[in-house]
Amino acid sequence: MNLVTILALIVSSTFVYSAPLIFTALGGVYSENSGITNIGLEGIMTIGAFSAIVFNLTFASAFGKATPWLGLIVGGIVGLLFSLLHAVATINFHADHIISGTVLNLMAPPLGVFLVKAIYDKGQTENITQSFGYFSFPGLADIPVIGPIFFQNTSAPAWLAIVLSVVLWWILYKTRFGLRLRSCGENPQAADTLGINVYGMRYAGVLISGFLGGVGGAVFAEAISGNFSVSTIVGQGFIALAAMIFGKWNPLGAMMASLFFGFAQSISIIGNQLPFFSHIPVVYMQIAPYVITIIVLVLFFGKSVAPAADGQNYIKSK
Amino acid sequence: MLKVTLKTKKILVPIISILAGFLVGAIIMLVWSYNPFQAYVSMFSSALGNMNGIGETIREATPLIFTAIGFAIASTAGFFNIGLPGQAQAGWLSSIWVVLANPNMPKVFLLPLAVITGIIAGALVAGVAGWLRAQFGTNEVITTIMINYIVLYSCQYLMQQVMSAKLRIDTDTTKTITANGSLKINWLSSMFGDSRINAGIFIALVAVFLYWYLMRKTTTGFEIRSVGTNAAASRYAGMSAKKNIMLSMLLSGGFAGLGGVVQGLGTYQNYFTQTTSLDIGWDGLSVALLGGGTAVGILLASLLFSILKIGGLGMQTIAGIPYEIVSIVIAAIIFFVAIQYVIGLLFKTKKVQAIQKVTKSADTDSDSAVADSTKTQGGQN
Repeated sequence: MNLVTILALIVSSTFVYSAPLIFTALGGVYSENSGITNIGLEGIMTIGAFSAIVFNLTFASAFGKATPWLGLIVGGIVGLLFSLLHAVATINFHADHIISGTVLNLMAPPLGVFLVKAIYDKGQTENITQSFGYFSFPGLADIPVIGPIFFQNTSAPAWLAIVLSVVLWWILYKTRFGLRLRSCGENPQAADTLGINVYGMRYAGVLISGFLGGVGGAVFAEAISGNFSVSTIVGQGFIALAAMIFGKWNPLGAMMASLFFGFAQSISIIGNQLPFFSHIPVVYMQIAPYVITIIVLVLFFGKSVAPAADGQNYIKSK
Repeated sequence: MLKVTLKTKKILVPIISILAGFLVGAIIMLVWSYNPFQAYVSMFSSALGNMNGIGETIREATPLIFTAIGFAIASTAGFFNIGLPGQAQAGWLSSIWVVLANPNMPKVFLLPLAVITGIIAGALVAGVAGWLRAQFGTNEVITTIMINYIVLYSCQYLMQQVMSAKLRIDTDTTKTITANGSLKINWLSSMFGDSRINAGIFIALVAVFLYWYLMRKTTTGFEIRSVGTNAAASRYAGMSAKKNIMLSMLLSGGFAGLGGVVQGLGTYQNYFTQTTSLDIGWDGLSVALLGGGTAVGILLASLLFSILKIGGLGMQTIAGIPYEIVSIVIAAIIFFVAIQYVIGLLFKTKKVQAIQKVTKSADTDSDSAVADSTKTQGGQN
């Protein structure tokens, strides 16, 4: 294998595994910047994966090649609806954010499998026929060296996610909406005094995270697993949460961290095809994202970087 | 609006949550044209209708009691120990390993050795998160989640690569443990229709008593409760925050590890590869939340959830309804416990003073205690 082929293999598989993490981590960034801790990302991804697969299986013949992309939207919408539970519980009903998020994680897998059994009469779905597969950018793929590595046989959802993270960074830091959202996560009392609708902003944050988490789950299901079962989403939501922290609650940071964790995940899978990595025991690659997150948290003392009012209920005085 | 006393209200909240949870399950079943009445009848009759069912229900409740106590101790001190699955898994693998490695040791030594090893393993896993919290203020919610996955993959590695192949049947399953390290009691099993009920339940009952005694009757328990209620005031009163963080996490992990031990030495008699975080960890969390962290509450809630889980198997066979409805009901119950503020709105407490007590006692409950501790100690995730 020459160097370009090796790099192309690493980059493309990194992109494939990063895409779901980027979407979901971006969702986490928005939720937590609005002040709502969301450890329910794992559950939201599960529901997104489930609904995308069901949509894909049902409509593959009708929509053809567009099916996986429509599946993303469906996964996102269902994820958004599912995250409403978290929003209502934490924003209106004063629930603890961690418990409410845990409920999403407890609820999603059995709900998904129950519905699969109710619809298909078996524990896991068939494999989808229209999956994301590999994509080559016309024109860009022909650039020497860079083309084959980044633009040939690559993951289209990953590129969408990368572009999206730039857009979401711009919205969060350069627009009025973003400033208001962040103010609700930093100091809801002050935001409220200035006439910002704290509840509304926090709803926006959680629902955006629901949509993006659903999209993340849909990407994973339609690009990697190819079907839905209880073991489709096992830990990806928590890795996305880790990526959000590693990325310091910033969309661009979360994207970079997701790419890194995607790299670690893909190495544990394609490692035996690579010259250097085949000697490293798989376990190190598997636990790397989690260990790194803890180290990062310790280095930042775990508190200096999170939005100040993240995880705290804001109860509007009458 | 009903007027009730504070005490009645405290009991009403979990009861209403349970009923609402069952209702959610019933609605979901109705939507997919299953018969909820038939489902719940077959559930309860198969869990409690014969000796084998009762034995299995008790067996299922055993590890949940330990993990729930583990969660409750940390939660009383103001920490959300979400790492119960990893701590239990460490306890499970290590206790099985000790027994398999010493097949000829007499039972009087081997069994306690294995149990204690499991407790220590669980405590160490939780201790890492506790130490990081005490030393660096690192949020324990995130670290325990991350440690769950580190343990999950490390256990797989340890079993497949480090454990001697002689102790394993294949790469995914260890050999069955010998009788000198088992918690199995033959007469008990046969009394309960050859179910897997084991000595673990007696240890669990002792643990429930110890938990009650520790929290209510000892200085240690008083300090843990004070730190959880008001960390600043406790510090002012001369209690060491660091010591209590470490202590509560070690105790919490030790109990969770014990949950894994009874699962290994009692229920399965071996260890096999786990692909996801252990259920007993998450269920223990649910049990503790529903039981309100009290000893009696934990006991009752663990029995309810094991009736659901064991009965669910029967329901699937008899009524043909997917087993997953059980987990949906459990998640829904916890959802309603989490939004108990709304349930509380249904009832008025009798006196004005009583209302103040409600808000105060709600603070000491696990949910608000978490928010409190993060506020005072500044540890955000």
